[in-house]
Parts: sequence; structure tokens; C-alpha cells
Amino acid sequence: MTTNHCTVLIIGGGPAGLAAALELKHLGIDNIKIVEREAEIGGVPRFCHHTGFGLRDLRRVYSGPAYAREYQAKIAKAKIEVLTSTTVTGWTGPRQVQMTSPTGIREMAAQAILLATGCRERPAAARLVPGNRPAGIFTTGSLQRFIYGAEQSIGHRAIVVGAELVSLSAVLTLHHAQIPVAQMITEHPAHQIDWPFIPALWYATRRLGSKVTTQTEVSRILGHKRVEAIELTSLKTGEVETVACDTIVFTGKWIAEHELARLGDLQMDKATSGPQVDGALHTSTPGVFAAGNLLRGAETADHAALEGRHAAHSIAHFLVNAFWPQSGVAFCVEAPLAWVAPNRVFTSLATPPMGKFLFQVQQFCSRSQLHVYQGDRLLHSQTFARLIPNCSYRLDSQWLAGVDGQGAPLRMTVDSRSA
Amino acid sequence: MDDQNLYDIAVIGAGVVGAAIARELAKYELRCVLLEAGHDVGAGTSKASTSIWHTGFDATPGTLEARLMRRSYELMGDYIAKAGIPVERTGAILVAWTEEQHQSLPTLLARAHTNGVTDVRLMSAEEIYQREPYLNQGALGGLYVPGEAIFCTFTLPLAYATQAIVNGVTLKLNFPVRQIQRDLDGVYTVQSPESSVRCRYIVNAAGLYGDEIDRLLGYNRFTVTPRRGELIVFDKLARRLVNHILLPVPTSITKGVLISPTVFGNVLLGPTAEDLPDKTDTATTAAGLHMLLDKGKALITQLVDEEVTAIYAGLRPATEHKDYQIFAHPAECYVCVGGIRSTGVSASLGIAEYVVALLAAAQLPLNPKPEFKPVQMPNIGEAAQRPYQSAALIAENPDYGRMICFCERVSVGEVIDAAHSPIPADTLDGLRRRTRVLQGRCQGFNCHAAVATLLARERGQTIQQLLSL
Repeated sequence: MTTNHCTVLIIGGGPAGLAAALELKHLGIDNIKIVEREAEIGGVPRFCHHTGFGLRDLRRVYSGPAYAREYQAKIAKAKIEVLTSTTVTGWTGPRQVQMTSPTGIREMAAQAILLATGCRERPAAARLVPGNRPAGIFTTGSLQRFIYGAEQSIGHRAIVVGAELVSLSAVLTLHHAQIPVAQMITEHPAHQIDWPFIPALWYATRRLGSKVTTQTEVSRILGHKRVEAIELTSLKTGEVETVACDTIVFTGKWIAEHELARLGDLQMDKATSGPQVDGALHTSTPGVFAAGNLLRGAETADHAALEGRHAAHSIAHFLVNAFWPQSGVAFCVEAPLAWVAPNRVFTSLATPPMGKFLFQVQQFCSRSQLHVYQGDRLLHSQTFARLIPNCSYRLDSQWLAGVDGQGAPLRMTVDSRSA
Repeated sequence: MDDQNLYDIAVIGAGVVGAAIARELAKYELRCVLLEAGHDVGAGTSKASTSIWHTGFDATPGTLEARLMRRSYELMGDYIAKAGIPVERTGAILVAWTEEQHQSLPTLLARAHTNGVTDVRLMSAEEIYQREPYLNQGALGGLYVPGEAIFCTFTLPLAYATQAIVNGVTLKLNFPVRQIQRDLDGVYTVQSPESSVRCRYIVNAAGLYGDEIDRLLGYNRFTVTPRRGELIVFDKLARRLVNHILLPVPTSITKGVLISPTVFGNVLLGPTAEDLPDKTDTATTAAGLHMLLDKGKALITQLVDEEVTAIYAGLRPATEHKDYQIFAHPAECYVCVGGIRSTGVSASLGIAEYVVALLAAAQLPLNPKPEFKPVQMPNIGEAAQRPYQSAALIAENPDYGRMICFCERVSVGEVIDAAHSPIPADTLDGLRRRTRVLQGRCQGFNCHAAVATLLARERGQTIQQLLSL
């Protein structure tokens, strides 16, 4: 088997990986390789035909496919080598992986590796939705690839499970394919869409007639060959309703595509399902960095791209000084907080991407006071008027200076009134 | 009347049992037809089992089931090696958690020895924890059954049916038998809503519908009550938690909930056992899934922290009788193979041999063919080399290096092969069972559209057909 060498190997050709590659090139680093398992780079935006991409990383607004094309063009112009249709299948050394492609099997050794493998939505089975398994069950991801990738009509009447930003994306995708969406179902007491996306929600509900059904869970899928109906149970009253439909789209409930991270025995963060990283996006394995949606599920593409750029700077430093932080403390959250990322802090005070930590809550919270403690020592407090589940919020990071890198784990708590 | 449509023998039901019988019959100079109500081979009860290759160590001694399982076990090892059936010889441990269970182990050991499974032995709690370090504390001891193994119950019936076809058997899919008549010459006419075949002998291997076929032939001696078993498949990242099949000490109703690795590198938890009136009700239930998770958590806590990849339910054709319901009626040239419950996958080769012997006794002329062609199925198990791991195969055809299903590492080449195999995949479910596509952790997030597009192209179908729209 051939072993190739490169300076930086980027695994995943979505926004985070591509932005990292461009920034590395800009920083004067050569021999960068991007590995992408699909036939072209660009990642998930290729199939998101709505607008709003690129605001913070490219300073212009694009549709998803146009945004992906812009990155493809930049990568080509920068003459960065891209290995498409190439799947990394495992680790063969600390900074060495094996991959398969139509041209064969090979190993690639690198001085640094960036994991940018993204995330996926949990399908029906992972959510333990009971009932049958007929055709007609999708996630937003699979739906978009049918409708924008294969240009196929795939149903007549849909139910969207979820009422968050990605759910809206599913509704618009279904509308594009002329499939009416009867309802958006959420377990929460309200939808989880915040400004600036409220007008899009209005469009979906008022113009397209999709109703948001709250405090409701999917209790059964019915149908043999094809979905015939969905059974919904009210979490408030226990009332059960069966709604006829032939298409069900499960949205959100992100999980990191963390197979490689876990196969490489990286220390994981249970709450985000991604690898633990510090502000500089170091993982627990020297030379291995992580960025983008692998860290904690889906954020907007521009956010992932900016994280990729941030990782590029950390990688460039590492290539020069070979420094890898060894100890450090974990940064955990307590309920009703869901997760925080980055979630590891070292003495070498690495500021997180864009100077902020990201976090989410599990339930609606209003007039919330967030506190960061190390042991019993309060490091930071910050007020948020309203916290919505499935929306990410930014936590300041100037308090990092007060962290004792050898001390107790950091924990974040929230005092609030439940909305 | 032309004899195009006249067969020596018709086997009704292309599940694992019917397919095994058809394969056995294919060794002889016979015109044989295999009739299947569904759209594919092995797509009913056979596809939704626990995928365990049982030794029969705990069968009731003296039953036909015990005898045929034992005989099948002798035949199976050689067969699965030659046919490329995915297998891993993990062995099983029955784990006793209560004093009562612990005290019943010597009885089970004696039974295993009576059944001819002589390598079964008691195992100390200490050895159990050595072999299964992730098992929760509290096990008192166990019974070790080295011969139990995991294999692929998707490939097995397909292998049987493929070998039957390659050796001259006719397969008719979408042929639900509605009526059977016998004329004065002793020729049966077997009718489906759309067509009919004629034959001299009939084997009823209709599984869940075995009682109905038996009644069409004038008998009324058993009733199939589907026993639903729900199962949970955990992510491949859970595979490191389990080394053996972990069986509970059986009760009179069922073997109980087990944890087992799968040949695809996942971990299986199940099954439940619930008698149902509806022979098509393969739905999972909230109660069943929660019960399984509770049991799983009590066995290996870390298991339930892992992601769930799939949930499914299978229907075992249980009858009011404990033993298999195999009857020969030489005068009517009819053999009924009913009541083959969950052990049928393991017993299939033994059943086939036994049924063909019954047919011989019923004067079915059995002249061996000069040649019985072997078949080699694509081995889709983790223990075998997969195409993506074979530099030679990829060099020969780059499509074997072009991944289409990333979670299960299935290549475009394998999908194309399955679409053109002797029993081609023409549904996404059929393709899933043949190649593992869409079976992984993302359940199609990445590849659903790509796989449907490729299969539609290869089979000349539309995406809408593949999505049953």
C-alpha cells in the first residue's frame, strides 16, 4: 500500500474544512490535502436552496448551492489538492489514516489533521419512534438530496417533525417540490425559531398553511409499503390523534459525525456528541484538530467556516512550535443547559472561535442568569433575556484568564424563570 | 394441454425453510417451482430474526425440533463456508442473575448433553467477567455454549434460493396462493389471483400462513399465532462492549431478552415476545422498546448510552403445539412443514433434508443430477474482506472503491451487482438485505437519494416506484 505524506490533512470538504484549507494556504502553508467522501466538495449547503449563506465568512449573501460553488472556485484557484470520492476508513497511526477511493486504497500521514466531518440528523429509529418502517420517511438531509439533487417528487402530503430552523428548511424544500406540509410537530411548548427567521416562519404558516403543533410527540408511524398516517400524542392531555400523510420528515436532533473521532480514541464530550476541544480547537490527541458541526451539531455554514479559519491559525501555530496542551479542565453544563462548545480549557488561554463559547438549553428559559464556576469559585455571570431550545447562544470568554488549568472542572449553570 | 406449466413439485413459501427445501430438491432431476407471496425471497419472518445460529442445546430432547436442529448444525458449518454466508463464531453465555436461575444451570447443562451438544460447560462469574468486562455486576455464574454463533439471516435464504435457481428451480414471486385443487390424475392446480401453476407434489412451507395453506388442502390441525419480537440494533461503536451472545436463562414462554453482536458489527438487544392476531403487524411499540431498553440497561449500562441505529419487529410463526408440525401425506403427495418457529433459520438444512426424505418415501422420484452447481454469495459481514478493503477488486473495477453508503461502507459496484444478481434486488429493502445500504447509523441521511437513483437506473424503475408512491 502506498503511504502519502502531507502537511495538513483536512477530513471533510464542507464549509469548515474548505475555509480552513483556504486560510492555511493564506498563511503560507503548502501541501494541504482535503479528503471528501462525496463526489464533490461543498458539503450540505449544496442542497440548501434557500438564501442566507455566507454573511459572516464571505461578506455576501448566497443561496446554499451558490455558496458551495464559491468555495469550490476558491479552492480550485488556490490550487489546493482535493481527493473526492475518498472515504477515510480508519486510523493507522497517530496522525495517519487509511482511505478508499475508486483509485484504490492508500494511507496518508500528516503533520496535522483537521477533523471536519460535520453532523447528521437523528433518523426515526435513533429517536425510538415506534410503528412501521414503510417508505416515505426522511430527514431534512435525505429530503433535500431527493428534491434538489435528484429532482424527484417524493410525496403528496407531509408532516415535519420539529419546529426549529432546520424544520423550516424542510418545509420550504417540500414547498419547492409542491408537497404541502400539514403540520410541524414539536415536543416543546412553542416553536424554536428566533429572529431573523421569524418572517420565514410566518411565510410557512400563513402563506403555505403549515400549522405548528406544540407539546406533541410522534407516537407511531402507520403504513405498510408507504407511510399512510402518523399518530400524534399530546404531551399535555395524552390525547391521541392520527393524521393521514404519506411523507414524514424528521428534522434536527443533531448528532456529530464522530465515528473517526471515536475510532481514534479522542476524548469525547457526551453533551455535544463531538470531540472535546479547547478554544484553539485542539482535541485530546496531539496534532489532531476539530472544527465545524462535528463539534456540536449544526450551526449556520458561515459559523462553521469561521471555526475552520480559527482552526487554521491554531494549526499554523502547531506546525511552527509543535506545542500541544497536555492537561486542562473540562467545561460541563448543568440542566437545563444542553451543551457548551468548546468544552475544554487549558492554561494556555486559547480564545474560542470569534471570542465566544456557544451553548444551548434544553427548555425555554426567560430572564436567565448564566454562571460559570470553577469548583465553588464564580468566574463569570451573564444575563440572557430569553433562551430558546435548539438555538445557540454566545457566551463571553474574557473570564478565561481566571481559570486555573490544574483546578477543578468548569461548570455552567443557569438560574431562570421557566417561560 | 401443454406441460410448460406442469411441475413435479411446488414449494409454497420462499422463506428460509422453503428456500432450503427448494435447494435440496434442486439436486434431483425434477421440475420444481418455488412460490412466494411476497416480492422477494426471505422478506417475511426470515429477515427479522435475532440472526443467531443455534446449536439446539436447549431444545426439548426427543422432539423433531431438537433432532433437526442438531442435524442442521452438522450440515450448516460446511454450507455457510462454501456459500459465503457471513458468520462469526462468538459462542454464547447464559448468564444467571438470580439464585433460582443459577440453580437451574446444571439441568440445562444435562439437557444440552442429552441433545448431543457436548461442549457446553458451566462458567464461573469470574470467567464471565473476564470475557465480558462491560457486563453489569451481579452475575452469579453461567453456562457457556461455544457452538452458538451469529450469522446473516438476510444472505442465508437468498443463498438457498439462488442455488435452487442456478440449478433449475423456477422462482415465482408475488404469487400468493389462494386456491389449490387436485384433479383425478392427481395434478394440483395452485392459483394466485393473477396466475396458476400445476404440479404433482406440494410442500407447504408458508410460515405465518402455513395453517391457511394446510386448510386449503383440507386439514385443520394447527393455528399460527404470530408471536411478535421487537429488537433494537445499536450503533457499531457499541460493538466493543459485547464479545459473546449473552443469553438469559430461559423461562417456559421464551428465551427472553438477549444481547448479541451482529455480523454487521452492531449490537442487538431483544426480542420481546407478544402473541398477536394480525399476521402483518410488524410494528414496534413504545412499551416494547422501553422494556428492552430497561432490560438492556440492567445487563450492560453503557450499551444504552450508545446511539440506536435501527428498531424492528419480526413475527415468529408460533402454533399451539410445542414442536414443529411436519406431516407427510404420501397418498396426496403433500408434505406440510408448519410451526417452524424462531429456530427455523438454524434448523433449515436439517428440515430440508428431512422433508426430501419424506417426499422420497411418498414416491417422488429422486434421480440425482450429474452436477449440483455451488453458489458464492457476496459476503457482507464484518469478518470477511469487504470490497472497499480489497485493492485487487478496486483495481479491477473502480466502482468497488466508490462508496455510496458511507455508514456501512457499501460501494457502487456492490449495488450494481445486487441489482443484476440471479434474484435481483428491485426494492430498497431488498437492496438493503443484499448489500447493507441504508442499514447504517444515518438511515439514509446521506445516501437515500443516491441509492434510490442508482437502483432505479439499474432496474429501469422510477424513484417513485422505489418509494412506493
